[in-house]
Amino acid sequence: MNLEEYKGVFVFAQQVDNELTGIAFELIGKGKDLAKDLNTEVTAVLLGSGVKGLADELAAYGADRVIVVDDPQLKDYRTEPYTHALASVINEYKPEIMLIGATAIGRDLGPRVSARVHTGLTADCTQLEIGDFPLVVREGQEQKHNQLLMTRPAFGGNTIATIACPDNRPQMATVRPGVMQRRERVEGAKAEVIEYNPGFTPDDKYVEIMDIVKSVATTVDIMDANILVSGGRGLGAPENFKMLEELAEVLGGEVSCSRAVVDAGWKDKELQVGQTGKTVRPQVYFAIGISGAIQHVAGMEEADLIIAINKDETAPIFDVADYGVVGDAFKIVPKLTELLKKNVK
Amino acid sequence: MKIVVCIKQVPDTQGGVQFNPDGTLNRAAMLAIMNPDDKAGLEAALRLKDQYGAEVTVLTMGLPKAADVLREALAMGADKAILVTDRVLGGADTWATSQTIAAAIRNLEYDLIITGRQAIDGDTAQVGPQISEHLNIPVISYAQKLQVEGDHVIVERQFEDRHHVLKAKMPCLITALAELNEPRYMTPGGIFDACKAEITTWGRADLKDLDDANIGLKGSPTKIAKASDKVRKGEGEMFNNLDPDAAVAYLLEKMQEKHII
Repeated sequence: MNLEEYKGVFVFAQQVDNELTGIAFELIGKGKDLAKDLNTEVTAVLLGSGVKGLADELAAYGADRVIVVDDPQLKDYRTEPYTHALASVINEYKPEIMLIGATAIGRDLGPRVSARVHTGLTADCTQLEIGDFPLVVREGQEQKHNQLLMTRPAFGGNTIATIACPDNRPQMATVRPGVMQRRERVEGAKAEVIEYNPGFTPDDKYVEIMDIVKSVATTVDIMDANILVSGGRGLGAPENFKMLEELAEVLGGEVSCSRAVVDAGWKDKELQVGQTGKTVRPQVYFAIGISGAIQHVAGMEEADLIIAINKDETAPIFDVADYGVVGDAFKIVPKLTELLKKNVK
Repeated sequence: MKIVVCIKQVPDTQGGVQFNPDGTLNRAAMLAIMNPDDKAGLEAALRLKDQYGAEVTVLTMGLPKAADVLREALAMGADKAILVTDRVLGGADTWATSQTIAAAIRNLEYDLIITGRQAIDGDTAQVGPQISEHLNIPVISYAQKLQVEGDHVIVERQFEDRHHVLKAKMPCLITALAELNEPRYMTPGGIFDACKAEITTWGRADLKDLDDANIGLKGSPTKIAKASDKVRKGEGEMFNNLDPDAAVAYLLEKMQEKHII
C-alpha cells in the first residue's frame, strides 16, 4: 500500500428512499474542517438508484465533488452491492480519509468495506482531528504527521479512546449522528459530479429483500432524541408539562420525565429516564424541576450537556449539571421558549 | 444443520461501573459476563436446534478465563465449545480479531454463523460483518427475528425507521440484537455436564490460512493513540440570580456558545 497515493476526504452520503440522511451533511461539515487542515477537498460518495439529482444538495452543504454510483442494484440498502460500490470507489479514487455515519446502515457497510479494502475502522467517533501519531515523539518509532485522530467512547461511555490508523489507507471512521456540525446551506453551489459504475454481478451475497416494513411512529423513542426536555415532580401538575413540550418543540427535541412523574400517573413509562427507565445520551438534557436522585442521574449523566433549572439550590441535580440555574421554572421556561422562537425564525 | 455461535466475555458495564479511588475503571471488581447480544444469538441458535435439530458450536477468542462463558453456553445447551487463545493474538483490533475468528471457523463445518451485533465493552459492531467478509459469505446484521426455510434464512433486519425482511442462502452470517429473544437459563443438569465437558483449545498453530501480518497487536491497522477513563464531570457553573430575565439571558448565551441554537 503506497500511502502517498491516497488523497482527499471522502464521506458516504447516505440516502434512504432517495432522500439524503442528515448525517451526510454533518459528515461534509466535519470533512471540510479536516480537508482544510490537509489542504485538500471533500468528496461525497452517493450510492443509489436514480439519485444523481441529489448531488446539488450535497454541493449546497459544502461538497467539492460528488461521485455518483447510480444502479438499480442500489435501490434499497443491501450489504453486498453497497459494499461493492463503496469499496470500488475507494480502490479507484484512493481517499486518505473515508467517513461514514454510524447509522444502522453505516455500521453494517463500514466494517464490510474496511475488511474488503484492508484498512482499520474506528466506530462511533465523536471527535475527529488531524494530528501526529504517536502524539508525542517516542524513541525508535517514527512520528507521522497529518494523521486522522479518531476519538470514541467505549465501555458503555465510561472510557474514551483516541485511535489512529497510521499504516493503512483510507483512514476510516463511522461517526455518531448528531455530533458534527453541518455548514450553512449555500443555495446554487455546484460540485464536480463524477458518474462511476463498477458493474454489479449478483451472487448469493446479494440477499433478497422480501419486504420493507416502515415503522408507524407511535411514541417517540427518547433514546433517539438529540435534545431532551425532562420534567420532574417540581412541575407540580401534569398540565405544566405543556411548557416543556413547547420548549422541546422549538428546539426540535422531545419531552421525557423522572420516575416520580410516572409514579404520579402524569406521564407514560416510555418517557421515564433513569435506572428503572431508559438510559439516554442526548446532546442536551434539560432537567427541569428534577431534584436529581442518583437513580435518575444514572440514566442521563452521559448527556453531552446538562442544563438544570430548579428552585432548590441544594438539589443534587446541580452536581451533574454543566449549567445550573436556581430559579422559578414557571417563569424561566416560557420566556426562554418565547425568545428562542424569535431567534429560530 | 451446523451452527457456529461466536461469543465474547465482557466486563458487565450495565450493572454499574466500578471506579478506583484515582478515578480509573476498576475492571477487576466488575463481573465478567457473556455479552448480551451474543447470548441472544446463542439463544436463537438453541431455538433452531430445538425446532429443527442442529449442532451448536460456541466459539470465543480471549484469555484462558474466557472458558467460563463457554461453560455457561454449554450449560444452556450448546454442543461443543472452542476457545481460541494465544499470546500472539492479544491486543487485536476488529480487523485482526475477525481475521483470527474467520480462520478458526474455517476449521469447522457450518451452515449458519451467529454473532452478537456488538459487545458492550467495545460497542463497535464490526467483528460480525468483518468475519463474513473474510469468509466471503452473505451477512445480515441487526437481526430482530430469525427463521430457517430449507437452505435459506429469513431475517427481520432492523433499521432506524423500518425493518427489511431479508432472505439469504446459507451458509451466511447473522448478527443478533438482544431484542431477538429472552435467553434461557442454564439447567442444573446442564451446569453439571458443562463442568465436566471438554473445551477444545486452539492456539495460533491450529489456525490455517492466516497471515502473521494480520493477527494480534502488530496485525491491527488501528492503533490506540491515547486511552483514558472518562473524566468524571467536574463542578458545573451555577447561576444564582433570581431574576428570571437574567436567567433566560444566561441560558441563551450558554446555548449559543454550545451551538445548540
